[in-house]
Amino acid sequence: MIRPESEAELAELIATASEPLRVLGGGTRDIGCPVEGTNLSTAGLSGVSLYEPGALTLVAGAGTSVDEINEMLAKEGQRLAFEPMDHRALLGTSGTPTIGGIMATNTSGPRRIQVGAARDFCLGVRFVDGRGQILKNGGRVMKNVTGYDLVKLMCGSWGTLGVISDVSLKVLSIPETETTLICQGQSASHAVASLSAALGSPFDVTGAGFVNGETRVRIEGLEGSVSYRVGALQNSVLPGFEVVTGAASAEKWAELRDVTPFAGRDGAVWRISLKPSDGPVLVEALAPLAPEAMYDWGGGLVWILLPDTGAADAHAVQIRAEVSKLGGHATLVRGSDQARKTAPAFPPNPKPIAALTQGLRAKFDPRGVFNPGLMGA
Amino acid sequence: MQMPKPSDQILARKPQIVARLQAVLPKGAVIHDPIQTRVYECDALTAYKCPPLCAVLPASTAEVSAVMKVCFEEGVPVVPRGAGTSLAGGALPTADSVILGVARLTDVIEADYDNRFIRVQTGRTNLSVTGAVEEEGFFYAPDPSSQLACAIAGNIAMNSGGAHCLKYGVTTNNLMGVTMVMADGEVVEVGGAHLDAGGLDLLGLICGSEGQLGIVVEATLRILAKPEGARPVLVGFDSNEVAGACVSDIIKAGILPVAIEFMDRPVIRATEDFAKAGYPDCEALLIIEVEGSDAEIDDQLSRIIKIARAHNPVELRESTSAEESAAIWLGRKSAFGAMGQINDYMCLDGTIPVSELPFVLKRIGEMSVQYGLDVGNVFHAGDGNMHPLILFDANKPGDLEKCEALGADILTLCVEVGGCLTGEHGVGVEKRDLMHTQYTDEDLEIQLAVKDVFDPKWILNPAKVFPLSATETRRG
Repeated sequence: MIRPESEAELAELIATASEPLRVLGGGTRDIGCPVEGTNLSTAGLSGVSLYEPGALTLVAGAGTSVDEINEMLAKEGQRLAFEPMDHRALLGTSGTPTIGGIMATNTSGPRRIQVGAARDFCLGVRFVDGRGQILKNGGRVMKNVTGYDLVKLMCGSWGTLGVISDVSLKVLSIPETETTLICQGQSASHAVASLSAALGSPFDVTGAGFVNGETRVRIEGLEGSVSYRVGALQNSVLPGFEVVTGAASAEKWAELRDVTPFAGRDGAVWRISLKPSDGPVLVEALAPLAPEAMYDWGGGLVWILLPDTGAADAHAVQIRAEVSKLGGHATLVRGSDQARKTAPAFPPNPKPIAALTQGLRAKFDPRGVFNPGLMGA
Repeated sequence: MQMPKPSDQILARKPQIVARLQAVLPKGAVIHDPIQTRVYECDALTAYKCPPLCAVLPASTAEVSAVMKVCFEEGVPVVPRGAGTSLAGGALPTADSVILGVARLTDVIEADYDNRFIRVQTGRTNLSVTGAVEEEGFFYAPDPSSQLACAIAGNIAMNSGGAHCLKYGVTTNNLMGVTMVMADGEVVEVGGAHLDAGGLDLLGLICGSEGQLGIVVEATLRILAKPEGARPVLVGFDSNEVAGACVSDIIKAGILPVAIEFMDRPVIRATEDFAKAGYPDCEALLIIEVEGSDAEIDDQLSRIIKIARAHNPVELRESTSAEESAAIWLGRKSAFGAMGQINDYMCLDGTIPVSELPFVLKRIGEMSVQYGLDVGNVFHAGDGNMHPLILFDANKPGDLEKCEALGADILTLCVEVGGCLTGEHGVGVEKRDLMHTQYTDEDLEIQLAVKDVFDPKWILNPAKVFPLSATETRRG
């Protein structure tokens, strides 16, 4: 394990690297095709260098732990609004999630449907490219269209284009209160119809999921406003939904965010993004595989647990065939090394997109040292 | 401001190039008469003008692709044009370029209310996207001031914002997918009705790339349910510093208004003369708007008013009716027009950390005196996106150059305090030569390398975004 303690040291290490590097933040998100290489940890690039609550801005080293950031934000009544998933329970990993890791993997949670993804909250990055050059893009202001938006490109590039050393973030205030409306026993398609109706109402829904036979809709904000909107939803599109408040409400969303119902259980876990109304359609089409499914993002994010049938590709061919009929993409988030390699874990790109992707990799990482093969071609 | 010298070779081949374009497009879709091409000589940055070689108005993705194939083979620069409302010169032609206008691509392809998206051709105007879904109670959130005229294609090219993006985000946060014609005519699909890319976030890269990576012909946009209502409050202060502090306190208190707009004295005076909105005579004025049901609005406004009162405002006007709301917004919405009545103006677009507002406003005031040009400020204060308006006289020799120099100084100041050159208008030609104040050679080189991948011949809008010296060896 190499662990640079400064950006300059990181750049030097990369410039002189003679073999592939496996780029890690806290090492909690072991996802993608297994990578052969020397572990490179950004944990040493730690610390919050700027936090202006009145400007909703925070700047931190990539290796800064998310816990540290959350604590600092909570003191000012603020938070990371995109609700990043903690993958440790699902993947059985240990370690400390870092803010750089969250951005590199564009990890978001249930609130993604309302406020946006991690990439929408990343205002700027500093990173080191495959030549060992220290580069920057974006900045620390809310609106910035100066040149190309490489911030978005770096978010979700899984360390395959460069190693992020520093990030600036937009943060938001923690609302006064939250409430979850729940309903038991709906079918998946009925549940998604309820979620669509709620999301299509003017009542600012910040979470919409279906798990363990329970349909869930979250409302957050000022107290009076939340009770008004909860009542309005019950009286219109969510009749018969019951109310869960406070910590019990928060738990419902932590469960969905971290996919804990699939934690500690055998089988492959797929994460599929598609049009919300297609969620239940997909699961129905995959019935022969006996999937267990949970739905986030109003039905548009489907988590599937497949019993271990010994399929070398964790049924990637079948799943992706059904997904491509509907439009969307499927990632094998948890599976054996062999399955992640065979599937492959990340969705294969159509030809013209693959060409652009390879072209970009060749520019950012001409020697191919960063996480080679992790995202496939 | 300089533009590259047009290629004599291309100019000489005009008849052949026009003929090839006419061969792949319907009659009337190629405009080449030197009188008619003057329509396309500039966009909303009218200080710079140059008629193109010709303009084409394709009416389908296939026609756009056919045009690009011809231009790619001929090595002719292509300048994409939405509605021509760019304030940064994004659609400014060179004499050897083909203007590719998307004005005929205006269809709604699909509106899906259950899944909350609309797919449109990108020549459609911003406001007419909302127009297509509002009967069902939905709207498209990004609302640039030019929304009546501006096209989605240009919104995507510049990653446009608007007054209400404090809550709803800018174009990139509301864009789910595009169909794009590449420089060589190949048609690619990126994203779609689902969220977040499967591979690299090419969608995020394309949005804001100023027409340099491809021609976006269709877009899938997120639509949202319209809030029950909205209401503004107007607060006047006797100094910019106090108004800036009030903005910061509102944000810190955890209230997220949909808009916080700021106007300084020169703009307040100009709009009063022009629109007679009845604004108070004060140094700085905030318009803060919140959304929701009546009771929710009352709740939020009472909290905002409490914070504002702690800053001793000289005036505080809470709207109690639709008429009063309209009156509060009237001045803000006519601010640019009002300034235009006084003189020619150049509108800047730097963004700064909100905490630097008072300092930057003070410095702009000093620079204005130093240059002898009046500057008014009207902007989106919640996110620090400033719009200094520099007044000058285009007919007075040397005034434009003086205005450009002052503009450059103000934008450099924005970068120095931790901000950026442009928050929502784009770089275009206007801020092209200032890119080095924000980025190093290496930072720019990696961006140029991105363009190399998408447009190896550098035919798409090649003279924009980057300093000409940095792109010289790449451009044809």
